[in-house]
Amino acid sequence: MNSAENNLVSAAKIDASCRVPLLALFGGAALWLVVGLLLAVLASLTFHAPEMFAHCPFATYGHLAPAANDLLVYGFAIPAGLGVLLWIFARLSQAELVLPLIPVVAANLWHLGVFIGLATILCGGSSGFTWLEFPRAAAMLLGVSFVLIAFSAVATFGQRKARELYPAHWFLLAALLWFPWIYSTANLFLVTTWPVRGVTQAIINWWFADNLIFVWLALVGVGVAFYFLPKIAGRPLHSRFYALFAFWTLILFGTWIGIPQGAPVPAWLPTTNAFASLLLVIPLIAIAVIVFKTVWGAPTVCKGGPFCYLRFGMTAFILSGLMLIASACPEHARTVEFTWFGQAQTQLQILGFFAIVIFGAIYEILPRLLDGGLPFPKFVRVQHWFFMLGTLLLVGSLAFAGVKQGRAAYDPAAAIMGLRIATMGWTFFLFGSLLFAVNIFVMTIRWKLALAKTVIAYIKSPLETSEVKP
Amino acid sequence: MRNGFAVFFAVVVALGGSWLGFVVAPTVQLGKAKQALILNSTDTWPQQRTGEATLGLQVYRANGCAACHTEQIRQDGVAAEVTLIALNKTKPEDFKAFVQSLFILPELAKVTNTLAATLNGWKGDLPTTILVTDDKAVADAMSDRLKAAGVKSETHIVATGEDIPRWGIRRSVAADFLYDFPVQLGNLRVGPDLADVGARLPDANWQLQHLYAPTLSVTNSAMPSFKFLFDVRKIGSAPSPDALNLPKQFAPADGYEVVPKLEAKELVAYLLSLRADAPLYEAPFSPITSAKP
Ligand code: HEC
Repeated sequence: MNSAENNLVSAAKIDASCRVPLLALFGGAALWLVVGLLLAVLASLTFHAPEMFAHCPFATYGHLAPAANDLLVYGFAIPAGLGVLLWIFARLSQAELVLPLIPVVAANLWHLGVFIGLATILCGGSSGFTWLEFPRAAAMLLGVSFVLIAFSAVATFGQRKARELYPAHWFLLAALLWFPWIYSTANLFLVTTWPVRGVTQAIINWWFADNLIFVWLALVGVGVAFYFLPKIAGRPLHSRFYALFAFWTLILFGTWIGIPQGAPVPAWLPTTNAFASLLLVIPLIAIAVIVFKTVWGAPTVCKGGPFCYLRFGMTAFILSGLMLIASACPEHARTVEFTWFGQAQTQLQILGFFAIVIFGAIYEILPRLLDGGLPFPKFVRVQHWFFMLGTLLLVGSLAFAGVKQGRAAYDPAAAIMGLRIATMGWTFFLFGSLLFAVNIFVMTIRWKLALAKTVIAYIKSPLETSEVKP
Repeated sequence: MRNGFAVFFAVVVALGGSWLGFVVAPTVQLGKAKQALILNSTDTWPQQRTGEATLGLQVYRANGCAACHTEQIRQDGVAAEVTLIALNKTKPEDFKAFVQSLFILPELAKVTNTLAATLNGWKGDLPTTILVTDDKAVADAMSDRLKAAGVKSETHIVATGEDIPRWGIRRSVAADFLYDFPVQLGNLRVGPDLADVGARLPDANWQLQHLYAPTLSVTNSAMPSFKFLFDVRKIGSAPSPDALNLPKQFAPADGYEVVPKLEAKELVAYLLSLRADAPLYEAPFSPITSAKP
């Protein structure tokens, strides 16, 4: 893995080949993250002043909340994850990105799709299925762009010199396969003129939600962490065998979750769900052991840099998995089911785990993409604090609201206090993401200016004789 | 894990398993679902919603009501309930003494404590539920004894659970949603469950008022107000028959009235069509007419 680093010329070339696609993916992701968190803050204001948007159909809670969630996942998490994935594949293959123009086009199509989806939800055109609110046109754009990016990724993977697959490869390749599969299935069965009948819609929706939020984000987040943790800690992953074991158990058990206990569906579905969630503890332990043994006692000091991000993110992942198990085991299910506890787990998974791990990776990659590095390197540390506090406040208060609400037999008033604190958590995330947005936009603008300068210089300069000569 | 294709194949099998299990199997299993028969009747369940209510489901979807409301009532089990209807010639004190004399019976051993507690606080008002048990045999034994003693009682099957009876009288079942698209089961209960709201709150005017200003019906309601589903307009030659009847602090300026838009009317038609109140084979109960005000 390190030979690419030793061969500095080639590493720089690889990074240069990733520059434009990654800036396109990350730039859009930064924008959607900021907008999504802004919408989430607005949505949570409903619990301070329910009358606030009484006259404004666009900003009613039932539009803002799903729009915010979709922006966090489709707007931010997936494109950012794909950007990191492309870079990792190029580095692991020790090859330049194949057909870099394809991901650039795809990134723009993707962001266009997200924009269409957002506008449609705010105008009341949501499909009514969780995480699938986007209309058909937007879903099609997302699907096509994903496949295009996956194509470029797999082609780059095909360029690898060593036959050996790394643990990061397994997780990321599975993610490339799984998203198109679940997304097309869910859209074809639900967001169509010929939907499946009755509660089958809900079953497929739950299956999709779990596989997108838990499994897909886990595959990418853990895969990325398994690439960067050993690199930053300066020692090999501990161990390949554990990683293999974690991978298989994760996709075997994690994919059978999502159906609430007591839902009006055939009884074997919730039973399978409860059973699978208990077994989920196996990959969680394996991943916890790997992270702990790889990171513990490493000579690296984190200082609010990528290493801190990755450690915090992986801890959040273990916690989020445990929360999922807790809310699925039959005894607790009745107390926390249909309460804010589930939302707490979702946000821990998306923001506490995935976003933080991906930011760790992005801050490792970004400075290498362009000469001159980050315009504001100090922001990295500040953002880390914002995100950490945001996670604690948001997830803590939502989980608290959920448990209180469950104990109080779903009394809406029991949750209010927690929901008001959650607003603060969202705000912290918003501040943190603004810092990232500033960094990446200033960086992109600088790069474009530099590009323009070279182009102008090139046009102005007289024809050099060397160019004419063969 | 050297061979990329072997890995790819194994991943397809592992992931495909969940696809077959949670997508294909339920589609096949439920794809041919038919209407269910209502217990002790030849009627089928559910009936197709009216056209207005079907449009209302789209208003419900468009406004994201499912972000805060579920439509699935859960149930722990069923219980048998023995209700005393008439004492005929027996006096309440004599009835108490009679019941106490039953405590030695082995078949009632399980319930003597609860029976004693119920009767202790009882002043002779009728009808009254004297026994709730999850064992049908115990309930039958009790009602046999009561019959022999010459008092009138009825035994009902009731659903039990945290959601029951406050949100509905039985659990939601797959059949309830046979005709819906999109099915809005929901995941989060910021507000109450709505699976049976049409039976629980059947007053269309209450529903309209609640949508217009939730705080009007429920103090400190956390539900957002949906004023944008209503028009505030100048009263013409005569007040509109649809106009909401609002108390002073919620009413518009003098000479104006609040009229629901078409969407609001459809939405309320949908809400009123939400019922889970027919006894079915998979969710049985004996209908009790007096349980609801
Ligand atoms: C922000 C969350 C939220 C949204 C969105 C929301 N509600 Fe509510 N709803 C509540 C809360 C909280 C209550 C309980 C307080 C009350 O009755 O006002 C409630 C109560 C209700 C009730 C009364 C139920 C009962 O048993 O008392 C009905 C009916 C209702 N909502 C319908 C709707 C409809 C229709 C929509 C969509 C147009 C909707 N709600 C959107 C939070 C919400």
